[in-house]
Amino acid sequence: MRNPQLNANGELTHLLTLEGLPADVVRQILDAADPFVPIAEREVKKVPLLRGKAVFNLFFENSTRTRTTFEIAAKRLSADVINLNIGASSTSKGETLLDTVDNLVAMDADIFVVRHAQSGAPHMIAAHLNAHSRSHVHVINAGDGRHAHPTQGLLDLYTIRHYKKDFHNLTVAIVGDVLHSRVARSLIHGLTTLGTPEVRVIGPKTLLPAAVEAMGVRVFHDMRKGLAGCDAVVMLRLQSERMKGALLPSAGEFFKNYGLTLEKLACAKPDVIVMHPGPMNRGVEIDSAVADGARSVILPQVTFGIAVRMAVMSIIAGNR
Amino acid sequence: MTIPEQIPDGEEALGALAERMRAAVAFNAAFVGIYSGGAWLAQRLAAMIPGEHPLGYIDVSYYRDDYSRVGLKGGAKRTELPFDVEGANIVLVDDVLYTGRSVRAAVNELFDFGRPARIELAVLVDRGGRELPVEPTYFGVRLAVAHALSVVVSRDGDRLRIAAEKGPV
Repeated sequence: MRNPQLNANGELTHLLTLEGLPADVVRQILDAADPFVPIAEREVKKVPLLRGKAVFNLFFENSTRTRTTFEIAAKRLSADVINLNIGASSTSKGETLLDTVDNLVAMDADIFVVRHAQSGAPHMIAAHLNAHSRSHVHVINAGDGRHAHPTQGLLDLYTIRHYKKDFHNLTVAIVGDVLHSRVARSLIHGLTTLGTPEVRVIGPKTLLPAAVEAMGVRVFHDMRKGLAGCDAVVMLRLQSERMKGALLPSAGEFFKNYGLTLEKLACAKPDVIVMHPGPMNRGVEIDSAVADGARSVILPQVTFGIAVRMAVMSIIAGNR
Repeated sequence: MTIPEQIPDGEEALGALAERMRAAVAFNAAFVGIYSGGAWLAQRLAAMIPGEHPLGYIDVSYYRDDYSRVGLKGGAKRTELPFDVEGANIVLVDDVLYTGRSVRAAVNELFDFGRPARIELAVLVDRGGRELPVEPTYFGVRLAVAHALSVVVSRDGDRLRIAAEKGPV
């Protein structure tokens, strides 16, 4: 079966997950993002590439941050952006997801940016469009359930490559609530695809997925041991709103064991970079002295994220 | 379909282009090479023509008129204009002028950085075949070349080489 993200020529037409995406496609996106970065410094912060195209932000789950970065990316490409607050409209009146999509296609949508609490929802929309000869309409997954958040994974990869140049000698640690994190899953797939020799996950047993080793990572429960020799540390947000049952004794206990402090960070390499997908819980998974410190690249991540989303949109919209 | 019998020497064409520019280009004009063929040419010209000529490079990938047909094929570079475009005298530099579409895209892109005082166009080879009302201010050589041939300017060490080849333009 063909990868549903690629057309018959192997070109990217939807971005649903980094899992199974060929390394040359991942590199194509990262390379394409680079020239978009300095567009923010122009007198006119726009290029005309997607002039006349309509980008529909379909957010079935709230996320001001991610929706805003997609909106900025689309506007910098001169696309028209339509934001739909789905929770408050059609679905609450009983319309199915695919009927909503068909209606928006009839309004001449070119790109759907989809966030959904259910894993697989963007995939279902892409498969529906492909099956009904609407492959000129493209889907970007902006986060689905616990499954994937590919543009976040790509911007993390871009950030690591920006500071470390190459993946082939790196040790990267992902710390915290891996169980609930689609960011972690996307980043692990991206790092292994690009040949990162050592990817580690660090966290309590209750917040790591069962058989996480099968994704090709080393597991650590002791944070200091896990951070030893790391080139990049990716802190995850403790997703307390997704916690069901008693996975954790308390946020204070979590910070003591897995919160990133300057003292724990000293176990990593001196030139380590510290990343976080945001929004941060200061004093829960990361100490302010680290978040605002010299090793933090958390705000550059946000800037690179816009360029990476511009790259994804311009690549898929140009492929049939 | 004919290959012109006399394909001129690249360095001679560059000399002729520089001679035409020397008499007329503003002392402070910025030289902006259009990627990829115009980039090295802009460097060569800046060294040959008296004056203070800031160098810039422009990649027109985001301003092309064929995106909806061919998509973004990668290989785009950063546009770098390390001078204030507002009020500047600019000479756009390219190796081969053919349809005029790249020049149209480059002019559009420049205006997103500011309002230049003047934009001129310098090309090594004018091969005819325009599809837009674009003409060079300065040229090195004019060639009549059949549509089916492409004119290729390449670097042979530190020398320019001009060739007409069969194949896609």
